[in-house]
Amino acid sequence: MSATTTAVAGPPPVALRRRLNRPFAVGVVLAVWLVGWALLRGRDTLDLSPASLTPLHRWLNDVNDAVGASRTSSPVFRYVVNELRAAIDTLVVFLQGLIAEPSYGRPVPVLGWLGVIAVVAYAAWALGNWRVTVLAVGGFTLFGLQGLWQESMHTLALTLSAVGVSLLVGIPLGIWAGLSDRFHRLITPVLDFMQTMPTFVYLAPLTLLFMIGPASATIATLVYAMPPAIRLTAHGIRTVPPAALEATESLGATRRQALTTVLLPLAKRTIVLGVNQTIMAALSMATIAALIDAPGLGKTVIKALQTLDVGTAFNAGLAIVVMAVVLDRVTTAAGVRVQHPPRRRPGVRRLLLGGFGVATLVCCYLSYTYVWAAEFPTGVALGPELSRAAASVTTWAQDDLSGVTRPFKDVITVALLNPFQTLLTGSPWWLVAAVVVGIAALLGGVRVALVATVCVAALVGTGLWRDSMTTLAMTIVATVLVMALGLVVGVWMGRSPRADRVIRPVLDAAQTMPAFVYLIPFLALFAASRFTAIAAGVVFAAPVAIKIIADGIRAVPAATVEAATAAGSSSWQMITKVQLPMARQSLTLAANQGLIYVLSMVVVGGLVGAGALGYDVVAGFSQGELYGKGLAAGVAIVLLGIMLDRIARGAAQRSGGVPVGTPR
Amino acid sequence: MRRTITRTVRLTGVSITTAAALALAGCGGAKVGADDDAAARSVDCGTVNLAVNPWVGYEANAAVIAYVAETELGCKVTKKDLKEEISWQGFGTGEVDAIVENWGHEDLKKKYIDEQKTAVAAGSTGVQGVIGWYVPPWMAQKYPDITDWKNLNKYASLFKTSESGGKGQLLDGDPSFVTNDEALVKNLKLNYKVVYAGSEPALIQAFRQAEAKKTPLMGYFYDPQWFLSELQLVKVNLPPYTQGCDADAEKVACDYPKYDLDKVVSKKFADANGPAYQLIKNFTWTNADQNVVAKYIAEDKMSPQDAAKKWVEANRDKVKAWLPKS
Repeated sequence: MSATTTAVAGPPPVALRRRLNRPFAVGVVLAVWLVGWALLRGRDTLDLSPASLTPLHRWLNDVNDAVGASRTSSPVFRYVVNELRAAIDTLVVFLQGLIAEPSYGRPVPVLGWLGVIAVVAYAAWALGNWRVTVLAVGGFTLFGLQGLWQESMHTLALTLSAVGVSLLVGIPLGIWAGLSDRFHRLITPVLDFMQTMPTFVYLAPLTLLFMIGPASATIATLVYAMPPAIRLTAHGIRTVPPAALEATESLGATRRQALTTVLLPLAKRTIVLGVNQTIMAALSMATIAALIDAPGLGKTVIKALQTLDVGTAFNAGLAIVVMAVVLDRVTTAAGVRVQHPPRRRPGVRRLLLGGFGVATLVCCYLSYTYVWAAEFPTGVALGPELSRAAASVTTWAQDDLSGVTRPFKDVITVALLNPFQTLLTGSPWWLVAAVVVGIAALLGGVRVALVATVCVAALVGTGLWRDSMTTLAMTIVATVLVMALGLVVGVWMGRSPRADRVIRPVLDAAQTMPAFVYLIPFLALFAASRFTAIAAGVVFAAPVAIKIIADGIRAVPAATVEAATAAGSSSWQMITKVQLPMARQSLTLAANQGLIYVLSMVVVGGLVGAGALGYDVVAGFSQGELYGKGLAAGVAIVLLGIMLDRIARGAAQRSGGVPVGTPR
Repeated sequence: MRRTITRTVRLTGVSITTAAALALAGCGGAKVGADDDAAARSVDCGTVNLAVNPWVGYEANAAVIAYVAETELGCKVTKKDLKEEISWQGFGTGEVDAIVENWGHEDLKKKYIDEQKTAVAAGSTGVQGVIGWYVPPWMAQKYPDITDWKNLNKYASLFKTSESGGKGQLLDGDPSFVTNDEALVKNLKLNYKVVYAGSEPALIQAFRQAEAKKTPLMGYFYDPQWFLSELQLVKVNLPPYTQGCDADAEKVACDYPKYDLDKVVSKKFADANGPAYQLIKNFTWTNADQNVVAKYIAEDKMSPQDAAKKWVEANRDKVKAWLPKS
């Protein structure tokens, strides 16, 4: 606050008064809400029991049936959907045949383990550096030692397909959204929709449209994985300092030249972050895709879950994490290399490229021809060891920690969550609606209030008001926790490269370890409860918030930091007066992504006792009669996301700093 | 300059030598496809697409059917891991031939058997499904009368949790199963709140912890289920089921019916009347049989194939009765 008021030279008195009055006004609104709740609680709360349906839900069921019935007759299916499916199927089946599955009449894939590792090593070295090459070889060897070679290759094939298509479509769209404000405004809600609409909602219709098989799995994955690529590409282009662009324009560069010589190179770091996030998102879908028969590590996790075999699930989950880390580090190293090519004699490099290329080809040939290089040797098996270790840690945690964790859960639930939830669900719906719109107007202005009104009206329309409010309470609690963690750890990582090196793998693991793996121990620690759902949401969402904040802190120009140090700022002053204010845009993005990631875990929460919208979606996926209700619940989750995000953004814009997404 | 050239030459030499060494070292051992004699033994059985729904009992049925189909009839069996709803969808698109353990699902039967006519019933699996409210064994021992629903209100305060809002908690579980529990609680005037755990693992974990820590728990569960061989949960007796007592979902005040778990196949698959179809139609065994195979898979951690093999070898006579008569 003070940083921004001093930055703006002499704000007019009216604006200043309004700014000071706003917290007060919000306080008044909240007080009115409390009084209203006390007087009117239990009235007009729009309850709907889990087994009941509204006419809208039944109608959605009918629509779903109608779509299913028309799949053989409609030309849309015959020419568009089927063609699309065939194209994607071809891509995935080709990759699977190449590395994962017996193909072309052979009992093994075209490339055996030796070939795959050689190709991965060659790519890691050619695109990145020696260090990531060692990491990549180690990681891929680990898959074999874990006894999960084939499963890993299946997951790799699916991920590569989904990420490939995502980037092919996503980066151009992101560039467009970075350049055009109109397109940016248009696509933002679409991306919110893609990222927050629970996969469970569209999994069944997808298999109806694209049949059971690799195409459906790939499409389900890329719906979720593409948004980060688009968003971060656009973000990268939009945050290029205007001065850099003006300088180029003053030199008479065309739009295309400005894009290729200034915008893209300066945005490259953020675009690479987008590629990383796309890969992470794609891998995080490996387990969900397994529900529609997508082969790979996800299947191992799901199967192990049926018997609560945490050890086996962990083994497979670890392989997913390792794959994520390898892919992430290689792409990051590739990004760095493109930006700062190492100064080396090109002749030597060319010779090495050629030499290693030949060696790689030889390895490929060997793995094509000989059994020993095709099938990973089974002599050394780490898998069972890892499983046993994970299982015993879990057992210890369950037996010895749950005595501490359960009271902790009870305290948080009783002191924080329950009152909040009672307030949201116990008040008449129109009172809550008025409060939401009022706060939106106060914090974000007329436009945000309008969006909030539409969202609230639509929420009432879904027939799931009460469930929405229950989920809202959990979401807000989880997002607050995520941002608290994000600020503390993100600032630490942004300021200390060493902390970054140590923490980043942990974050990658938290983000890509399938939630199903840690849900079982979580259930033991916190029982089936809303708190368990919140904990799972925080584990999944905090890493992205932390990474974005760390990135923002690091992007603060070194000159500014040096100047502040020279002026004698303490670390605390540096953080609060210089780094955080200058990283404001990253903070907003972190809050946005943190919120969206929390919302994307609502359904997983439904599996561990959260009830409400998450359970509605899960039930809708499991029982045909509840499909429409599940779909409505999915829409409600999206609406909550859009509403909260717009209010938060509006508030951030109004309280100063660089407005998000405003025209330049 | 001179040094660069020497270094370049040396590096090239190194990489070429490595490649050559690799090539030489590799040129030993068996070649891919050399010992490949596994061709389909029988042509007339063809491929069977078996849906595998995500629970161990189903996996046991599917494993045994697949094993017999492959070894006795020479079929190629493709197992597809799918949820129920999506498996039924697969009948229409031709991607699923058979579902081999179906729990009720009257709505799906109506949609796919009666209306779309893409599926047909293929008889009972012989396994009986029971749904109900269960407590961990320690509770049944300590409070013997808890198994009568009339006493539940007396114990309601025991079951309070952070989720149940002051009432007793009734933990419901897997959304795949039909539940009347909210109506039951209301109509039997029980001072309980239904809390949705949301998944089978959540329920199992809850019961496991309740028994280990001797904490109170009552929850929705079902039999057959592999977990019951680890922990013999005790069923609470609700007012007995009578024909039609659950006709109106709002007014249900009786226990769940017993489910005859059955098989459903695609119309095309049935019409072709191949050996695999006859096997699936004839397949029938008992809860005890299924529990044995489920235990092999869930507790002894055998692969479904190995579990099926072990059971089939011990039960040749039962298997013989399923094979097509020809």
